[in-house]
Amino acid sequence: MAIETAWTAAELDTDEMVLQMGPQHPSTHGVLRIELRTDGEVVKAARPHIGYLHRCFEKHSENVDYPGVIPYTDRMDYVASMGNSLGYALAVEKLMAIEVSPYVQTIRVIMAELQRIASHCIAVGTYGMDIGAFTPFLHLLRDREKILDLFEWTCGARLLYNYNWIGGLSHDVPDGFVRACRQFLREYEAITHPELMDLLIGNKIFIKRTAGVGVCPVELAINYDLTGPNLRGSGLPRDLRKDEPYSGYENYQFEVPVGKGEYGPVGSCFDRNIVRAHEMAESAKIIHQAMDRLEKLDKSDVREKVPKRVKPAKGEIYARSEAPRGQLGYYVVADGTGVNPYRVKVKSPCFTAMSVFHVLAKGMYLADIIALIGSLDVVLGEIDR
Amino acid sequence: MSLDAAAIHERLQAKFGQKLSHFEAAAKQPFAVVAADAIADVAAFLKADPELAFDNLMCLSAVDYPKEMPPRMEMVYHLLSYRHAHQFVLKVHLPREEPRLPSVEASWGVANWHEREAFDLFGIVFEGHSDLRRILLPDDWQGHPLRKDWQDPDFYNGMHVKPTAQMAERAAGGEAIGIGPFAFTPPNKHVG
Amino acid sequence: MDLLSSLLGGVLAGQPAWLLALVAALICATLLVTFMALGPIAYVYAETKLAGFFQDRIGPKRVGPHGLLQTIADAVKLMFKEAIFPAAADKFLFVLAPCLVVVGAFLGFVVIPFGTRLQTADLNIGLFYVVAVSSLSTVGIIMAGWASNNKYALFGAMRSAAQIVSYEIPAVFSMLVIVMIVGSLSLQDVVNAQHGGIGYWFLFRYFPLNLIAFLVFFTASLAECNRAPFDIPEAESELVAGFHTEYSGFFFAMFFMAEYTEMFIVSAVASVLFLGGYLAPHPMLQTVGGLGLGPLWLFLKAFTLIFIMMWLRWTLPRLRVDQLMHVAWKVLLPISMTLAVVVGGLVLVPATRWGFGLWDRTWAWVVAIGIVAYLIVGMFRAIQWSRTRNRVMATS
Repeated sequence: MAIETAWTAAELDTDEMVLQMGPQHPSTHGVLRIELRTDGEVVKAARPHIGYLHRCFEKHSENVDYPGVIPYTDRMDYVASMGNSLGYALAVEKLMAIEVSPYVQTIRVIMAELQRIASHCIAVGTYGMDIGAFTPFLHLLRDREKILDLFEWTCGARLLYNYNWIGGLSHDVPDGFVRACRQFLREYEAITHPELMDLLIGNKIFIKRTAGVGVCPVELAINYDLTGPNLRGSGLPRDLRKDEPYSGYENYQFEVPVGKGEYGPVGSCFDRNIVRAHEMAESAKIIHQAMDRLEKLDKSDVREKVPKRVKPAKGEIYARSEAPRGQLGYYVVADGTGVNPYRVKVKSPCFTAMSVFHVLAKGMYLADIIALIGSLDVVLGEIDR
Repeated sequence: MSLDAAAIHERLQAKFGQKLSHFEAAAKQPFAVVAADAIADVAAFLKADPELAFDNLMCLSAVDYPKEMPPRMEMVYHLLSYRHAHQFVLKVHLPREEPRLPSVEASWGVANWHEREAFDLFGIVFEGHSDLRRILLPDDWQGHPLRKDWQDPDFYNGMHVKPTAQMAERAAGGEAIGIGPFAFTPPNKHVG
Repeated sequence: MDLLSSLLGGVLAGQPAWLLALVAALICATLLVTFMALGPIAYVYAETKLAGFFQDRIGPKRVGPHGLLQTIADAVKLMFKEAIFPAAADKFLFVLAPCLVVVGAFLGFVVIPFGTRLQTADLNIGLFYVVAVSSLSTVGIIMAGWASNNKYALFGAMRSAAQIVSYEIPAVFSMLVIVMIVGSLSLQDVVNAQHGGIGYWFLFRYFPLNLIAFLVFFTASLAECNRAPFDIPEAESELVAGFHTEYSGFFFAMFFMAEYTEMFIVSAVASVLFLGGYLAPHPMLQTVGGLGLGPLWLFLKAFTLIFIMMWLRWTLPRLRVDQLMHVAWKVLLPISMTLAVVVGGLVLVPATRWGFGLWDRTWAWVVAIGIVAYLIVGMFRAIQWSRTRNRVMATS
């Protein structure tokens, strides 16, 4: 395979060095190749190269039927699979005008928010590891394990669930799930969250490393379609769960954390991280309320609205949902004939987050490049699909 | 102040009358079809106009319709205004052979990567794009796979693209592939 | 070593003095090399176990009882691993670099006093020798980075060299404080000046000035060892593994052995300078039944400091290179220089020649009792916390 280099020898100044941060990384964000043109420690230009994990999701989705696309969606953002299948199920349900019962909606919210906590555990934990603090990662992973145990209990899978189906769910929550989930939340809120805020977020060295680094002003963030914690870290309090509620989110009280720039300009790596940390606490609140609601609702069959054959009429829809990494958008085109989608295009939040990287990376130190990628919380499965 | 699709279309029509060919108001997400050469100006207008203020490009997709009359490729722009909280959809119809249109990178920086992806997977050329090259596929890949008439090549850089298909042919032709417990069995129709 | 010479003189009576000295030196060297080679095994085990406990997991537990043989297994693995030489690397320098680093660490053992007569060589320039010899490791690191023929290794080596060189200066100024009080560079003299129990340790002289000097020295030593918040060269998991990227197998083991040995040397020197070396906190605890407990006390103090180093490593994130330099030049250096000047001035005044007298000794007991009380209270609180935690996790 011909490897493309960004700059020819003639273009380079003699002081500058072209460094490849190759597809294999010690940090866990995935197979990403970044070409850096550096002048000593300072980065003059950066060019990310993606596509190392391209698995032709959109072509595959044209060759399988609508429910068959769901396992493929799981594998895009493999760290937070519940959100992916939820977004796709919502899109096709909108296309076919299927309304799911409040029971299904509530379970979907519980699973999505548990997944948000688990995903942010990885995001903040690995970010701490990139900065050099190894311990918070393991503490957060301990809690992620508990969440994955809950998921395994419900649907049999720890990472890729195939859970949110078009019109319902694959499995109902088992008996005792609510009790176990409440216990996990108790432990999380009493032990892990205060320790996280103390040990990592409040740590002076962490603040020194992240505040003022990778500042993304709000206009740049909107222009490059940064969404989710990245946009909220830049100060704009936009959250799809509040602005365009889906799946019953309007019934829950929660706040939308926003970056305030306590230690530097708004929109730095620190702001994005503290937004994620606060979001974990807010998700815990939502789960408590959702479980209260679940206990009050009548138990219904989670598969009752799942159509025997998903064959939407001719039409198209673009539906967005608030995944842990940002707004996940599905553009589903149905041609009315056949059981396969005509086109499924995914706008993944990490794709757009990565596209702003080359703008933010100019003038940074080499060590801050890693801090920047980690704070954008990219998962290459979602970028490359 | 949030406008609905019809009002947005009215403002667009006032400025770009002849360049808009169709407005589908009845769709779940109403869209307007814009002529290919005007898309950059329309984009700039939509972004700059204070009442429309479409500061965000949510999604930029390409869809291939070879069976429509006439056969075309569509570029679909999903726009959002954070300021006014309204959305709109633009479409551009392109011919299937040599599809070209101006880039909207100047209006929304995120279009850079989206258009590179459309170029990579569909072969649509964006004029005025700062860096139009492949993004997801290897740099020396031939062809544009998401087109409906795509055929997988047999070989890529000397590697079989569909090894099981070739091996099944060779096995059918009498060749013994694999030894003992690792003997090759032809795949069933659901696999490769 | 002179102890050994005299012992040998009893055994090999009538031999010329140079032969006794030579045999004594060889035995000493063997003992020290053995101790130095076995030391890292214990330190690595401690590190992995402590890392486990800090991270809410157990650490090695399968290889040997409680994982005690894990490090030996790792060492054996590393010895049998293929030593890969990059094709374009400078072979000679590539092999020489880890040797230099190890030698630089090892030579520091020569002047460390384990007891009144248990010292390989009581050089009258002991402290100066320690500082000079630890700089040998820096040369080895630069050599490793250069000889690897690898951009990242060179980066890491340059950063490490800059870091070590920068932090040596505050460390030396802190040492200077002690030297001025003692009036001699010999480490044995430094220990002898601290006779009398914990009240006379240099940590508490001119309270709180020497305490600050100790903190400066400890922080600077962390940077010398490429440890804890200053481990940009070592744990450069951001880019690659720094100056020892291209090393594998036994050479890698040598780098790590050198690092842990350097940790011990630095802790031992800190103990000698500030914590009374081989002296017990109270003269009554110095000998038990005629057997001097000197080495035991020195090891206890050095291991406590090593434990603190490991504790810091698993807690704090890494400082960026420019922040590191900022701390060295703009924070530690002014503080240590000021201390050197102030303490030097106080030493010249006859009334405060050896410290603030009763003020220091009172504070020494206050701090000592305070630390012991804090540990005991902390232990109770930890037990209470783990009970709370178990209760939270058990309720359903």
